[in-house]
Amino acid sequence: MTAISGDPTIISHDIDVASHHPDGSPRAMGFFTDTSICIGCKACEVACKEWNLVPDDGLSFTGDSYDNTGSIGCNSWRHVAFIEQGRPVAVSDPEAGDGLRWLMSSDVCKHCAHAACLDVCPTGALFRTEFDTVVVQQDICNGCGYCVSACPFGVLDKRREDGRVWKCTLCYDRLRGDLEPACAQACPTKSIQFGPVDELLALARERVDTLHQRGVGDARLYGADRDNGVGGFGAFFLLLDQPEVYGLPPDPVVSTRRLGQMWGAAAAAAGALALGVAAAFLGERR
Amino acid sequence: MAECHPVGFQWVMEAKERGATIIHVDPRFTRTSALADIFVPIRPGSDIAFLGGIVNHILENERYFRDYVVEYTNAATIIKADFRDTEDLDGVFSGFDAKKAAYDVRSWLYDGMEAPPGVPHGEQTGGAGRPIEHGEPPQDRSLQHPRCVFQLLKKHYRRYTPELVEETCGIPRQLFLRVAEALCANSGRERTSAFCYAVGWTQHTVGVQYIRTAAIVQQLLGNIGRPGGGILALRGHASIQGSTDIPTLYNLLPGYLPMPHSERYLGHQDYVRKNSAPTGFWGHMEEYFISLMKAWWGEHATADNDWAFGHLPRIDGDHSAYVFTMGMLEGGVRGYFLPGENPAVGSANGKLNRMAMARLDWLVVRDLVEIESAAFWYRSSEIETGELRTDDIPTEVFFLPAASHTEKDGSFTNTQRLLQWHHTAVQPRGDCRSDLWFYFHLGRIIRMKLRDRAPDDPKNRPVLELTWDYPVEGRRAEPSADAVLREISGWGPDGKQLSSFTELKADGSTACGCWIYSGCYRDGVNQTARRTPHREQSYVGAEWGWAWPDNRRILYNRASADPRGEPWSERKRYVWWDRARRQWTGIDTPDFKRTMPPDHEPGKQAAAEEALRGTEPFIMQADGKAWLYVPEGLRDGPFPTHYEPQESVFRNPLYRQQSNPVRQQFRHPLNAYNNAPDAFDDDGLFPYLLTTYRLTEHHTAGGMSRSVEYLAELQPELFCEVSPQLAAERALEHGGWATIITTRTAIEARVLVTERIPSVRVQGREVHTVGVPYHWGVCGLSTGDAGNDLLPLALDPNVHIQECKAATCDIRPGRRPRGAALLELVAGYRQRAAARPPGRAGRSSGRRSER
Amino acid sequence: MGLGGMLARWPLVRQLTRGDLLGRGDSVRSPATERLRPRTATADRVVGSICPYCAVGCGQRVFVKDERIVQIEGDPDSPISRGRLCPKGAATKNLVTAPRREYRVKYRRPFGTEWEELSLDAAMDMIAERVITTRDATWQSTEGDGDEERPRNRTLGIASLGGATLDNEENYLIKKLMTALGVVQVENQARI
Repeated sequence: MTAISGDPTIISHDIDVASHHPDGSPRAMGFFTDTSICIGCKACEVACKEWNLVPDDGLSFTGDSYDNTGSIGCNSWRHVAFIEQGRPVAVSDPEAGDGLRWLMSSDVCKHCAHAACLDVCPTGALFRTEFDTVVVQQDICNGCGYCVSACPFGVLDKRREDGRVWKCTLCYDRLRGDLEPACAQACPTKSIQFGPVDELLALARERVDTLHQRGVGDARLYGADRDNGVGGFGAFFLLLDQPEVYGLPPDPVVSTRRLGQMWGAAAAAAGALALGVAAAFLGERR
Repeated sequence: MAECHPVGFQWVMEAKERGATIIHVDPRFTRTSALADIFVPIRPGSDIAFLGGIVNHILENERYFRDYVVEYTNAATIIKADFRDTEDLDGVFSGFDAKKAAYDVRSWLYDGMEAPPGVPHGEQTGGAGRPIEHGEPPQDRSLQHPRCVFQLLKKHYRRYTPELVEETCGIPRQLFLRVAEALCANSGRERTSAFCYAVGWTQHTVGVQYIRTAAIVQQLLGNIGRPGGGILALRGHASIQGSTDIPTLYNLLPGYLPMPHSERYLGHQDYVRKNSAPTGFWGHMEEYFISLMKAWWGEHATADNDWAFGHLPRIDGDHSAYVFTMGMLEGGVRGYFLPGENPAVGSANGKLNRMAMARLDWLVVRDLVEIESAAFWYRSSEIETGELRTDDIPTEVFFLPAASHTEKDGSFTNTQRLLQWHHTAVQPRGDCRSDLWFYFHLGRIIRMKLRDRAPDDPKNRPVLELTWDYPVEGRRAEPSADAVLREISGWGPDGKQLSSFTELKADGSTACGCWIYSGCYRDGVNQTARRTPHREQSYVGAEWGWAWPDNRRILYNRASADPRGEPWSERKRYVWWDRARRQWTGIDTPDFKRTMPPDHEPGKQAAAEEALRGTEPFIMQADGKAWLYVPEGLRDGPFPTHYEPQESVFRNPLYRQQSNPVRQQFRHPLNAYNNAPDAFDDDGLFPYLLTTYRLTEHHTAGGMSRSVEYLAELQPELFCEVSPQLAAERALEHGGWATIITTRTAIEARVLVTERIPSVRVQGREVHTVGVPYHWGVCGLSTGDAGNDLLPLALDPNVHIQECKAATCDIRPGRRPRGAALLELVAGYRQRAAARPPGRAGRSSGRRSER
Repeated sequence: MGLGGMLARWPLVRQLTRGDLLGRGDSVRSPATERLRPRTATADRVVGSICPYCAVGCGQRVFVKDERIVQIEGDPDSPISRGRLCPKGAATKNLVTAPRREYRVKYRRPFGTEWEELSLDAAMDMIAERVITTRDATWQSTEGDGDEERPRNRTLGIASLGGATLDNEENYLIKKLMTALGVVQVENQARI
């Protein structure tokens, strides 16, 4: 049956979520989290845990609005922030009541273009996938924790029970099967949109314009700038206020910016380490 | 809606993206409000004043859709001369008997009609309503006659001005006018508006009338039976619609047929005659009924034995849930089945429910986890206070683990009447079984025992003659849900599955377990299991699942066309009359006799749907019209009227009659009210409003969420929400603890101080609301006090649903006392309440239960 | 594995030897990573289902491997939900596979202080006996006398309050059986 006129379109437009080009080559994939349509339901948090078998994060009441997750961590790879404010959403509307707004935003690993975590990882557990995302390989991670302090967003976190570092993988396994990440698939309003980063960027810019036209002057993108301190995010956001309001650093900088200088040192260290490792193996074989 | 139906809310967001105005009316600023265009804070319990204000706005400013109103509603119908409105009688309608606290409804009828035969039994009325006398009631299509519905409506709501709305609901008049105008501007030929509601409207002593007021607004604006219109009940459970259609309800048989009353019927025809209208589709009730009897009693239901009509048990009063719970307290009710229900947490006045269960001989609980209703005998607040002692409780408790929806076949009926099949994914483990298995085998065992012991006992005949031979499968002997669905859908004399309820016969040749579901297995195909992807069909989605009746997705959709059968507008084209083919057509199944032309005029002998005109879309109504005014079928009035809740801190600003005069109250020490009947409490003992609700992260009484790690951690503790003003007034500390007190009990909760629960200004003073989610109880991963323990039993008189969205309370900082000290705290309040002078306002007391 | 092989598996060495300095090629992938596929792809079957929580009726797909549920997610085909789920719907696997689920009958005898074990068969038989006994003891066949005599055919000794997450077919059997037994106090969550 053909669709009749007036057939609903999807807010998020029809983005192809397949992670591979028709020829089988991978595409750079990411998230665009449009917080202007987030309803704070936390389906993303749960869907992520269900898919990735993430343990629960304990039952603690925070009193911080409806946020009892607190922050991103090894056992919460998505985190929905709730911010109660005494101001209207659309400033152009003089009748917008007494002005209460409740911002909700689902935070996640940014999958930075220049990812400090990846740079500092001495084991190669952290790597950049064929989809331009940053993933910890659990069979390699030794829990050294360098990445934890390197991340400007506090995303990487060591799980006490197994001593390894866990974070969003952008559902790497699902991407390899051309499936959407679990959070994006579940999101009821498609506040979390998944797709090729370049398409998402275009979409995000369009969305900001639309919101500006509707009087939502506060709408702005966060992490979409390819020239920012981390070379842009693979997971970027449309926010309705300053990033700090959401607990996000306004101007994140990759902690390994002076990578060139560091690389020499790292190479020397690696060389020394290789020798050490070789010695260790040799010793073992004796 | 974003809170409790997040995935459904995607369609609201779609509408918003295309320019729809989203208006959210709620005592709290919720996740829905956060995404709405207009948030309207309202005092809990005042919605009829608000909606009545919209009715008045529409009428006074002539914003109604005149063609729709004149043609499709009963606006023009003239009412009996002896009808008196609440405006005439200071808050009651004519026919009120203060002693019985009940109405004699005869003066409410259409002019020229007499009371229908038989005694009206409010408890018994099914969807069929009662017959209105055959024939045409007088009408004035100019809508000028002083006794026509339209003029009565105008008069009834004349005082519901923006000022009154502000005074009653605390909604600033400018905001109210903005809402009223938005609705009017978005209705008419080219546009439609929809109302979505949930139990925030139904759980009141005037719950039915809340919905009725919305129905009046939607009729006046022409928003029923049209795409994008309607009044949508957002129901809260996977198949709560199904459990109403195939009713586990005392007053109904499947398909909204009434349970027979114990009055003396002269056989089944008398029962049919007294309980259905001969005009409209209820004119076929005998076909529906006899087909049901054939489905249940097969060869034992014959014309000679009156189709086994005598096999049916009789009701003779209110046997609803709270009434039988009182029966447990008094000892008459001895055995209790709880398949998937948790009244210890989910019902109002949890203490009363738990104390009642502690008087039972036996209790069967079937659930996925051990819920509070299974554990009350050793883990409950009454054990803690010493009101109950485990070794004093005689109740024998059987806890049977249930199979989940992934472990059985079956259909759910969702909130839009859509039946959807879920398939068995894996077999249940251990002793877990489906409820289908439990009831089938329970019936099998009981039949076996009765056949052995007393096969000739007349009371056993209905059980022994019951058709109970479903095929079973597998080593667990699971009965076939598919076979049950086939019986529900029905078959003809040749055993072939029926296509539609229109094929049902009154001669015993058809069998059908639920007439409105007839056709859900048409062509021998389980229609409810259809899963054509949405991308491959129109937005109506007619090939996904199956909607009752006849897979119609919008009810009364003939109203989407004008009287001549043309769409009201191209934009809102849905169902129309195809002149060339001389039949109704459209993008949905027409909810009308397909070949009845718009110019059809009924002959004198015409019956059922043939007795309606081709211009009358409301085919289940005896007069084919939508009812602005309800002449028959409601216990508390033909028009909705603002009454204060059972517990209120305000005087009714409109009438001396404070609350619904026919609401149901229960006099029992465990069910004390915060104020005297028909009084209001403004002297400070219970100065705050109390409302309860759900959270996105939890499900009802918590059995399916507090036991699930990923949900429990998202909202790990019971909290209450209070405004900064209330927090300051009572020294409540954000993140700390508060004790919330009513005359039933006191509970403790963590405190969230938030602007999201606004204090509203009503009758010149600011009033604060305490918001309490009700999900918690003593079992599961996340535990806490139960919000519903605070609430009394005070019921809507039509449907016997409790008022739990508007009550009063006190709140103080800190945790509640433990053990017996908790009882002392509450007793102190009760003593002070009793010592107060008799309540103000007040004129008549509500209907009290016999029990 | 020899030393050379072990060294060769070390990602840094692989990066250096294969010229993959940015660490985004095959060189950095561990064997486990290489094998990574969505577990839904290896499921034995996918079963169509419907969310058991609220009444929106979102479509679900249940993935089964070795007779265990390995994933439940939204059904993208559903015109109602288009593959989306709320937190409750998204937690459905946790619900149906939760360790807190009960798998055995539990029995508490009158005045008992502990749960006891009971076989399912025994429980069914005992419940059937309770129904028969209570029904016999509280049966009302008629009311009134002589001309006023009217049928009742019922018991008010038994009540039932069902949930609203039961299937239509289950509700149908409840109503059918209880009505035949003369149990009229049959109610459900819709009343609450």
